[in-house]
Amino acid sequence: MPGFHRGDYLLALPMMLLTLFALGVLLIDLLLDRSSKVINAWAAFAGLAFSAAAVHNIQRAFADQAARGEPSSPFFAFSGTLMVDRFAVFFFYLFLAAAAITILMSVRYLEVEDEHHGEYYALILFSVVGMMCMAAGNDLILLFIGLELMAVSTYILVGFLRRDRRSNEAALKYLLLGAFSSGIFAYGLSLLYGLAGSTNLQQISMALGNAMAPGKARVVPAVALVTTAAGLFFKIAAVPFHQWAPDAYEGAPTSITGFMSVAGKASAWALLLRIFLFALGPMRPLYVPILVFVAIATMTGGNLAALTQSNVKRLFAYSSIAHVGYIMLGLIAGTAFLPNPDGIRGILVYLLVYTFMNLGVFGVIASLRRRDIIGDELDDLNGLFFKAPTEAVLMLTFLLSLAGIPPLAGFYGKYFIFLALIESGHYALATLAVIYVAVSAYYYLRVANAMFMRTAGDRVPVTISPGMWAGLAITGAATVVIGIYPEPFLRMVNWSMHVAQNPTVAQLLR
Amino acid sequence: MRLTALYLFASFSDFQQGRGSVQMPENYVPAFIFIAVALAIPVVTLAIAKAVRPDNPFGTKLMPYECGVDPEGSARGRYTVRFYIVAILFVVFDVETIFLFPWAVQARTLKAFGFIEMMVFLAILIVGYIWIWKKGALEWV
Amino acid sequence: MHLGLFIAFAVICVAGAISLVAQRHPINSALSLIVVMGSLAVLYLLLGAEFVAAIQLIVYAGAIMVLFVFVIMLLNAGAEERTRGSRVAMALGVPGLIVVAGVLMYTLAGHTAAGQDQLAIGATYGPPVAIGRSLFREFLLPFEVTSILILIAIMGAVLLARYHAAPAPETRAIDPDEAGDLLQLAGTHGSAAGARERRRAEHRMREREVTR
Repeated sequence: MPGFHRGDYLLALPMMLLTLFALGVLLIDLLLDRSSKVINAWAAFAGLAFSAAAVHNIQRAFADQAARGEPSSPFFAFSGTLMVDRFAVFFFYLFLAAAAITILMSVRYLEVEDEHHGEYYALILFSVVGMMCMAAGNDLILLFIGLELMAVSTYILVGFLRRDRRSNEAALKYLLLGAFSSGIFAYGLSLLYGLAGSTNLQQISMALGNAMAPGKARVVPAVALVTTAAGLFFKIAAVPFHQWAPDAYEGAPTSITGFMSVAGKASAWALLLRIFLFALGPMRPLYVPILVFVAIATMTGGNLAALTQSNVKRLFAYSSIAHVGYIMLGLIAGTAFLPNPDGIRGILVYLLVYTFMNLGVFGVIASLRRRDIIGDELDDLNGLFFKAPTEAVLMLTFLLSLAGIPPLAGFYGKYFIFLALIESGHYALATLAVIYVAVSAYYYLRVANAMFMRTAGDRVPVTISPGMWAGLAITGAATVVIGIYPEPFLRMVNWSMHVAQNPTVAQLLR
Repeated sequence: MRLTALYLFASFSDFQQGRGSVQMPENYVPAFIFIAVALAIPVVTLAIAKAVRPDNPFGTKLMPYECGVDPEGSARGRYTVRFYIVAILFVVFDVETIFLFPWAVQARTLKAFGFIEMMVFLAILIVGYIWIWKKGALEWV
Repeated sequence: MHLGLFIAFAVICVAGAISLVAQRHPINSALSLIVVMGSLAVLYLLLGAEFVAAIQLIVYAGAIMVLFVFVIMLLNAGAEERTRGSRVAMALGVPGLIVVAGVLMYTLAGHTAAGQDQLAIGATYGPPVAIGRSLFREFLLPFEVTSILILIAIMGAVLLARYHAAPAPETRAIDPDEAGDLLQLAGTHGSAAGARERRRAEHRMREREVTR
């Protein structure tokens, strides 16, 4: 008899609750008539709240551990396939927050699009389950299934506007390219399994440590690294593999564009960090040059392509590609176990602030959608300040934060990463990144220019639903508060980094 | 008594596994012979027929046969997307049954635990089944 | 025996794959794919992966091929036109293919030569019993998450295949003389002598459609 205990299930409880609520939403939706679909949103919201409570429970277990004076060590469950450490808990909260804000922003938008169905919310919950598997997986199989769960849910959500050709086209492109990249990724994982004889990340790390010993042929590990990395770079939309992003972002329902650009990206980063730090750790000398190349290409491609976009969603798609380039610099700068953990800390801070500011941007764009106006062309923003001053000011805040202007949250993400780069001696990369930040300010200010300096094409007032107000208020407040008073958030990030610095774990993973 | 039975079952499955792993291809020799015979039969019969029958083709004889009438138009029309939905649902539920099999051969050793986990697996899919049913995707209008 | 079977089915597999790419008609390609899938199943069997071999036949050679054939029917895809193909693809692809294949073969051959830590064929996870054991011990969580993945696949199929709760098919009243033609058409069906009559009836109907 396999001995699974209560603890195993408690660690999986956040996912189990989300699944339960998602199934509930699917079934309840069948009983609801068109006017009461908002109940689905509330049920999904409740599911996220319960799941957050379960995550909090796990977090308390870490506090108990610390209170007993033990070194912080991760909790393993289900024969070591699930590893919930503080790193995972941080990402759990991030995904839940992103999903909750997305749901707040979705209700009205879906009603306008006339596609208000329960499946939308169920799919969001399911994709969060997949993301959690990606963040807490300690086994290639769980990581891969989590990735697929997240990705397939997103494909469907991208194509959710069935009457919109762009949405269909985006879903098809994303599905085909995504399936292809998943295939490459799975090929890499199979090679890793072949090298290690196990799908467990620690075992793979040890086997790679042996394989990387001097005097051995490194061709198979290198092929495994390249294929795995290619699959991961696709998921985070780094430059040679970014082609899907602008089309998918443009065609998707705007609320989903926001969701996939923050939660989808954060989960892909969690997966990438898990694999690069925990499994491929011994191959760091091999993968850093690849990362440097991809990071430079990503910053260049994203920033330069964003300059000429006329569609706001495409513009922010390229902008989010550029941000991936900055985040990648953090991984180049330092691992969690080298003397310089600042790079990884920078990545976590960056993902945290990026979640709020980018969701805010897409919230504003979604609120412009009305029955006859799509509201995603740059010209649709013309004179927004005169029509809806609060929204325009919020948008300006998000834009300045994305550009990394100091008193706002976005500054801290870039600050920590660039600091780590300088500490680890990558001066050229740091200089290049700063230049690109300056370039990015141009296209963010182009959007601001349209809102404040041009005259509006129409005088139709922008109406905003209460849910959207709540979403914008949360993202706006977070963007400003993290910028002015970052200490609690930095403490949170430091807390989540703690496990990685635990000497026993570090030794195990080295 | 029950314990003995369990022990026997477990040792039998170990035995099976041992045989299955070490002497793998030999176990399947009958299967390969079967495949070879199955491939041979059509080849042989067609060859014999070709050798024996009189061979006298002419135009009308070679025309496609359609109830004695001259065939009109193409036989290939576009099929409705419903075929595709049904096919894809078939694939999905096919994959689901695949997962039932490893559980079935282990059901006795896994006892209640395995049963419950499998029922959870099935329950999630049954929700999906109810959903497609209620959505009307199974209806053939 | 083992090696002989492997070589035989590996050759069949590669031949099927080449035929799959080279065939001009999609149905022929699909049939070649069945050959590839079937011989792959035998290769799995030779590796001791009985369960995977069975899945390969049931899911891939069976279900997925049905799906392929339906897609071909759905698109009503005819024989494809031959083009010269992209010259860049040829210039880069062929050397690239040779390099990748060469590297892989070199390293895999090197590993076999080193060969201390090789597993005996089929030493692990081959038969369904072993699969079931590891599915419910090591991989219980991925197994349960798979059911969600399958559920999502169902939802995706129904949602993305644009299945609207189908509106009733458009019906219209048949006007009397058209009905006469239709009846005539039905009556002529099956009799060789009526073929000309039938063609005339169809011609009348087409003319009426043009004038309408």
